[in-house]
Parts: sequence; structure tokens; C-alpha cells
Amino acid sequence: MTRKEIIGLILVPVAFIILAFLPSLPNSANLLSLAIPIAMFTVLATSWAIFSGPTHYISLATAAFYGVGAYTMATWLDVLPYPVILLIAAVIGAVFAAVVGFATLRLSGVYFVIFTLGLAEMTRQVFVWYQNNFGGTRGHYVFTDITEAQIYWQLLALGLLVYLVGWWIGRSRLGFAIRIIGADELVARHSGIHTARSKVLLFMVSGAFAAVVGVVMAPRFVYIEPAMAFNPQLSFLVAIMALLGGIHRLWGPLMGAIPFALVWEFIASNFPAQTILLMGIAFLVVVYYIPNGVAGVVEGWYHKLKAAGGEKHG
Amino acid sequence: MQILITGIFLGGVYAIIAVGLSLQYGVARIMNLAVGEMLVAGAFAAFWVYTAQSLNPYWSLLFVVPGAFIVNWLIYRFLLQPLVRRAKTRGQLEVDSILVTFGLSFTLVGIFLIVFGGQFFNYSFMSRPVELFGSRYGQNRVLAFCIAVVICGLLWYWLNYTRSGLSLRAVSVDPKAASLVAIDVNKVSAFAFALGGAIAATGGVLLSTFLTFDASVGVVFTMKALIIVIMGGVGDIRGAIVAALVLGLTETIVARLIDPGLTLASAYFLFLLILLFRPQGLFGRRTT
Amino acid sequence: MDKVALKTMDKPTVLEVREATKRFGGLVAVNQVSFDVREHEVIGLIGPNGSGKTTMMNLISGALKVSDGYIMMGDNLLSDMPERKIAQSGVARTFQLVRVLAGLSVLENVMAGAVFGHRKLWGKGLEVYAMRQLERVGLAAAANKPTSALTYIDQKRLELARALAADPKLILLDEWLAGLNPTELQTGIELIASLRDEGRTIILVEHVMDAIRSLCDRCVVMSSGIKIAEGTPAEVLSDKAVIKAYLGDDYE
Repeated sequence: MTRKEIIGLILVPVAFIILAFLPSLPNSANLLSLAIPIAMFTVLATSWAIFSGPTHYISLATAAFYGVGAYTMATWLDVLPYPVILLIAAVIGAVFAAVVGFATLRLSGVYFVIFTLGLAEMTRQVFVWYQNNFGGTRGHYVFTDITEAQIYWQLLALGLLVYLVGWWIGRSRLGFAIRIIGADELVARHSGIHTARSKVLLFMVSGAFAAVVGVVMAPRFVYIEPAMAFNPQLSFLVAIMALLGGIHRLWGPLMGAIPFALVWEFIASNFPAQTILLMGIAFLVVVYYIPNGVAGVVEGWYHKLKAAGGEKHG
Repeated sequence: MQILITGIFLGGVYAIIAVGLSLQYGVARIMNLAVGEMLVAGAFAAFWVYTAQSLNPYWSLLFVVPGAFIVNWLIYRFLLQPLVRRAKTRGQLEVDSILVTFGLSFTLVGIFLIVFGGQFFNYSFMSRPVELFGSRYGQNRVLAFCIAVVICGLLWYWLNYTRSGLSLRAVSVDPKAASLVAIDVNKVSAFAFALGGAIAATGGVLLSTFLTFDASVGVVFTMKALIIVIMGGVGDIRGAIVAALVLGLTETIVARLIDPGLTLASAYFLFLLILLFRPQGLFGRRTT
Repeated sequence: MDKVALKTMDKPTVLEVREATKRFGGLVAVNQVSFDVREHEVIGLIGPNGSGKTTMMNLISGALKVSDGYIMMGDNLLSDMPERKIAQSGVARTFQLVRVLAGLSVLENVMAGAVFGHRKLWGKGLEVYAMRQLERVGLAAAANKPTSALTYIDQKRLELARALAADPKLILLDEWLAGLNPTELQTGIELIASLRDEGRTIILVEHVMDAIRSLCDRCVVMSSGIKIAEGTPAEVLSDKAVIKAYLGDDYE
């Protein structure tokens, strides 16, 4: 372990502990209503980037996994203890991702993006159809005594977990394999890497996280119905936040989630008709002006500063 | 029988959109995820001509076709070509073009919402039924299908039997080799992209005569067009037409016999089968 | 047969190619080609452009599947295995158009060859081992540089180091010397010669005749997908059929 890593391993949990005190601040209800979406998007965007960053596969399946998670919660809330539901959702998310991954990840990125693009909508149709024919009612009430603060804490814990997992993958053989695959898949295969399996494994990680986030967020909805749980917009928001922040660094998506979630909340509450336009422009801006995201810009400044500092001292 | 014909009518209109996308992807090598918005733009134009000018909606083709051609040419020239030049790898170009065309798609939807609002649009044009093989079909559907067939036929003839069509096919097979025989690849690509966009917008005019639409419906058609193009084999016009008919039929059958809410799911089922068993498309050869 | 060829006659066979055939639609790129590679042997795979040499290399490394025939290495039926399994059983290759991993450092590029393939190293041992391969090809000074900082020959060196890092039983060099200037060429030939002196087993596809003469124990000559000659470089290069294949029918 390098010194940088040890510092990170200490600083990051400390930051999370400090953040955990947010609900005890005065006027915390308002703060929480902003902090929860930011925390949620950070978890989703970071786990998204763990897969999409090195592989360059743009996944739009987040909403599908998230919705499946929310429905897992709604279905088994009265039957199973909460931690078991979390676990089941993680497994279902991972298995779902594995199925999608095995069908599409052997092929080029265009196929993958197209398949995931409609995945949430398809899953929604299947859910509606199933409930219409076999399941009785469409919607589910989710009555729990889980408070906003508890949701926030859970998201923080998930955030910490996603960073740990990302860090661990980064230094594992799997992480190295995926970097090679991202650079040149042909070389990767000729170096002995099981490319399909590596990609599917990472996709499963991001699927599991999205499903668990779906469980955690479900109590906020109170009433869950398919159109809400499987909102495809979520997938795009997660992708744009991660890209805006920068997907070549583990901390990049955080840099995108914070500003974009704030701007999004502002636009959505003041100019609800313009949200889609905002998203379109954001995509264009990211590609043409900040292709490496905020993280890339920050790193650029850092290197410049260092170079300038070096000149002064040297 | 009725299901069969309805399915074929639907497939015919899908075919025209997919053929537009297939041109764009096969020749210009850009998977245009904003193709559905071109279609919606065409639909809005037809709607405006019919309701505000009280003219036959097909008159809108007079400005929709050249308009869409120019807009798509500009998009290719000023938004997409810089990406082609900048991209270091094919993967990079793929990701960038996906993101940019998504961005375009959302931007256009945003603009439609501002201009037209979020409600549903439809108008009644030639809605009297005509009888075919003992069942009744809307005249508007029959006409739209016929026009789609004519357009696909003309395009097929042009691609296969004319010199300019040949240069398009050459670029789609191998841009490098095409440039060696003095074909201006950039120009041909831009032309194909523009033409593809114009065809998709024409599809929108056709659809608007019998289908209700709104500002954000484009993505549904984008998805179907994408599935068709992949099913038919990338850049293969004939494959796209067959795949469109297959999709139209499948959707109609599922909607009538199982549940109308499952149309997309059935399209996906087809898509999954293709991905698993024939990722090179129905007629495509396995590439090496 | 001269001394050089005799050197390896009694050595065990590493690779067995039997009637390997590859068809692309109607085109037969490789047509019933058979040959053996013995341990410590350097085999030159030569022939005019389009004769199927690179296709043959791709068949051995698994990038392409044979349409007919088979390729064995020891008890492993290579022609039935995916690329990664072939790599794991000890075949490493370089590519005709050099393929370095952009975005990874020079050292990481070499490590890539030693983690998942025939060798499965990790941690400190991997780093030391990869560094040794870089020293082997003379690139140690660039270990922590990005690949974009490398010259063309250094990229080729890097690819070779990556192949060596797998500690392969068989190395495939696909026109590794192509595109080098005369000085670089000399360095390149010396590098391959040093590998040969280490007792590596190598198949090289090459157009540079000097290199073939000085490096190869035996040559397999292909033309239009068919093996037309096999023997020492001196033998095959004076063979009538080979001369005809290279220079055409008019040359008599």
C-alpha cells in the first residue's frame, strides 16, 4: 500500500463520519432533502463508473436495476427482515446484470447501449403485465418507520462501500484486466484474459449497487408503481453526472453528482418543462468542452499549479 | 389475416425509419440516437400543415424533406465530423457519438416541448375505412404503407443501379478503399447522413396521419429503428426492410393475442434472440 | 541439411500443424498446410504478400478458427481453444500492426502479459519480473513513461517484452522487423538472435531476407495459401518453386 492510499483510507471514512452528523444540524429537514438525492446519485454514478469508466460501455440500465430493487422492497417488506431484503435485492440486481451482460457484452458498445436503453421500459411492461394478470394490484404501499435521516445514513454507508469496492477492484487482477480490455480487447484476449467474464463481473457490481439503492429509496415513495420505479430518466441522469464528473477517477462522479443534482433540483422546481433541454445541453457540453470531466479539469489545474510552484522554488 | 395485414402495414412504416438510420450508420458510421426526433419533427410539420394551413399533410413533405436534409447535413458537418477527426480509437468515436446524439435527442425534445407543449397530438386525415380481404383498414394507413414501399423501392434501386448509389455502398464497405478510388468519403458520408435524416422525417409525416404522437415519443421509434437495423444487419437496406416487417408483425401479434402493453417487450425478445444467435444480422455474414 | 537444422532434429515437437485450412467464404486463405515446430527452433514463415502467413499466425494464436485440420501443442488441441486458453497454455504473440496499450504505463504494458496468461504473477514479484523483461529488450529506462512517449521501435520492443513476460513455450512474431530503419533493423535482428540463443522457440513471419538467413533454423514457404517448400533458409531460397512464387512465371 502506498502512502497516498493509507491517507485516503483514513481521510475518506473520517469525511463520511463528519457527513453522518448532518441530520443533527438545525433545519436539517431542508438540508436532507438535498443531501439525499446527492448521496443517492453519488452512489449510483460511482458504481456506474466502476463499470463504464474502464470499459467504455455506456450503460442505461440503472433505472431497471433500481426499479427491481424498489419492487423487491415493496414485495417482501411485510414478510422478510429488512437486511435480508437488501441482500436479496443485491443478488437479484447482480443476476439481472449477468443475464443482460452475457447477451450483450460480447458485442460492440452500440449494441449494449441500445439494449440497456430500453431495458427499464421493457422491465416495466413485463411488471405491469404480470401484475395485471397474476398479481392483483399495480401499485404497492411501502409503509415503514424508516426516517429520512436513516435513509441518508444508509446511502452514506453505501457510498463508503462503493468507494471501498472501487478501490479494491482498482488494485485487483480484475481491475487490471478491465483496464487492459478497455485499452485493447484483442490484446487482452491474447494475454489470457476472459474478457466477457471480466466485463460481466463488473457490470454485476454496478447492477447490485443500483438495486440496493432502489431498496433504500423505496420508503420515500410511500406508494410504488411501475412508471415511477422504472423511470428511464434516472439512467440518463446517472450517466451524465458520472461523465460530467469524470469516469477515469473513482472520485470523479462525486464531482459531477454534487453540482448536477443541485442544478437539476433547481431547474426541476422552477422550470420543470426545461429539464430535458438541460440534460441535452449537458450531454453536448460534456462531450465538446469537458471530455475528461470535472476531475480532468481539476487534475489539469493541479499539474499547472505544481509546475508553476516547481519553477518558483527551483 | 387481419393481424397479418395490420402487421405488414406497421412494418412498412417502421422500414422507412430504419432505412434512414441504416444509411446513417452504415455509411456515415454514426449510430444516430436522435433519429426518432427527426421523425417527430416531421410529424409536427405535417400536423401544422394540416391544422394551421388546412392542407393535405403530405404537402409538408415539400419543406420537410429539404429541411431535414439540410439540418442533418449541418449536424453531421459541424457536430459529428469534428468528433470523427478528434477520435483516437473507434471505441472513443463510438462513445462520443452515442453521447452527442443522445444530447441532440434531448435538446430537440426540449425544444419541441417549449414550442408545442407536452400534450398529445393527432388529427383526422383520410380516416375512412377501406376494405381489403374482408377486413377494414384506415385509408390513411394504406396510403402511408404505399408511400413507404415506393420510397424504399426507389432507394433500393438508386443504391444498386446507379453510379452515385454505388459510391455510397463503396464507402459503407470500406471507407479507406473508397477514398483510394477517388470517392470523397467525407462528402458521401455527410450526404448519406443527411439523406437518412430526411427519410426518417418523411417517416414521421407518414406516421402522423394515423398515429397519436407527442414531443417525447421519438425515443420509442429510435429504439425500434435500432433494433430493426441490428436485426437486418448493419448497412443492409434489404435486411432492414425484412426486419421491419418481422418486427411489425411480431408487435401486432403480441398486441392482439397477448397484451397490447407488451409491444416493446416483444421487440426486445426478438432483439435478444438476434443478439444471442445472429449478432451479425439476419442476412449478414459473420465478420472476421 | 546443415548443422543448424541438425541441432534441433532430436528435440521434442512443440507445435504440430496438420492440414490446417482457413476459408473466408469462397476464398481459401490457408490450404491444408502442415508443419512441425521443435523445441528451441526458430521457424521462418515466409512467402509473397497475401500468401496466408498472417492468417496462419492467427490460426495458431486463436484469433481465427481453422475451417479444417488441426493444430496441437503438446496434448492441447489449440485449434479448439479460445485465444485466452491458447495464451494460457503458452503461446504469446506480437501483432503485425503494433498494438501497445495506450493509457497504461510502459511497465504496466509488460505486466499485462504476465498476470493472466501462461504466467500468473501478482504483486511485488510481478513488478520485478516485468522490469526484468523490460531490461531484456532494453527499455528499462522508460518503465514509468506513458506509451505515447515511445518511438516506433520502442513500441515494438515493448510488444516483445509483453510477449516474453508470459514466459511462453512458443513466441509468434508477426513482421516484427517491418518498418524499422537500417540501424534499428540491426538492433532488432540482434535482439531476436539473443532470444534464439536463450533457447526460445519462435515462429516469425518476415519479409526481411537478411533476418531470415541469419535467424531461422528452418523456413516454411507459403504461396496462395499452400505450403510450397520447407527446409533451411539456404535450401528454400534456392528452390525453383519459391523463386517463381516471389518473382513470377517470367523468371526462368
